[in-house]
Amino acid sequence: MSLRVALLFAAFLLSAGLGAGEIPLSERRSGYDLMARETRAIQDDDATNPGMLWVLDGETLWNRKAGAAGQACADCHGDARASMKGVAARYPAFDAARGRPVSLEQRINSCRVDRQKTPPLAYESKDLLALTAYVARQSRGLPIAVTIDSRTKPFLEAGREAFQRRQGQLNLACAMCHDDNWGKHLAGSVIPQAHPTGYPIYRLEWQGLGSLGRRLRNCLAGMRAQAPELGSEEFVDLELYLMWRAREMKVETPAVRP
Amino acid sequence: MARAVVTVPAQAKRGEIIEIKTLAQHAMETGFRRTQTGELIPRDIIRTFRCTYNGVEVCRVDLHPAIAANPLIAFTTVATESGTLSFQWAGDNGYTVTEIAPIRVE
Repeated sequence: MSLRVALLFAAFLLSAGLGAGEIPLSERRSGYDLMARETRAIQDDDATNPGMLWVLDGETLWNRKAGAAGQACADCHGDARASMKGVAARYPAFDAARGRPVSLEQRINSCRVDRQKTPPLAYESKDLLALTAYVARQSRGLPIAVTIDSRTKPFLEAGREAFQRRQGQLNLACAMCHDDNWGKHLAGSVIPQAHPTGYPIYRLEWQGLGSLGRRLRNCLAGMRAQAPELGSEEFVDLELYLMWRAREMKVETPAVRP
Repeated sequence: MARAVVTVPAQAKRGEIIEIKTLAQHAMETGFRRTQTGELIPRDIIRTFRCTYNGVEVCRVDLHPAIAANPLIAFTTVATESGTLSFQWAGDNGYTVTEIAPIRVE
């Protein structure tokens, strides 16, 4: 009898340690579905979605000549509505020159440095957010589809490992909330499944637009962990894993979140 | 870049109630926050919003600290005649933005 209790207890400990595992594809939900009706209404209408202000700024920047080359994004890529359609849904994507995946922000900056001959935009700067939002807006409604092959697989695995690794003073892993306890509450807020479907997002708490990197740093600060720098390899690996985890879900950029 | 977006129906029937939505890009800095070194961040907000319909004022709003950034102002009016709706925002540090939108009333 006592042996059976001990075995049951051991089995419980084992399952608690492993967690519930990744969310089955059929149970995945965007953070949108967990929001209040009013917040969803703000996102649904371009006339009320404040993220559209950044998208419009991004459109201006897309057509503005910059740098020593005197080239605008539009001079090479033409009309973003056609040329950028579906692009953001494929990022982070493998970059042969760097030998690793790069985020959409990094791709925009390498275009600026290599083609436009102008300094890169700082992460989280208004202009980089605006350009990223404008490019990502062209993928709204399209399914997320990052490429996982022999070149990107190691980075995906590194991202998965980061997601499942306990870290920080609270000794928490991302997965402990977002895989095992999504839909429950952390203080007053619903825990979402952490699918990055709408970045850059307009977050009501921020009163502005922000990148996935900023959001990840928020979470890591809450876990009292040391957060990597914006645009670091750790974050791009994690972003790749999160986008793979959200594969086939629809892009919502610019999404609104509480 | 001080940007504002207005959404007005392009056409309406005479006497119809129309909804107008406006979104102004503004940080709405309250004047109560401090920097990491403790200095007060000066107030920088939109003070007033005004909408005129063929010169007649149809909506006026006074804005105050604690109104969210990028304020959304939505209101209704009655479509009386074809013409233009003019929108003006004014605020601290010489902030002014003007937008106009045409409307056709049948």
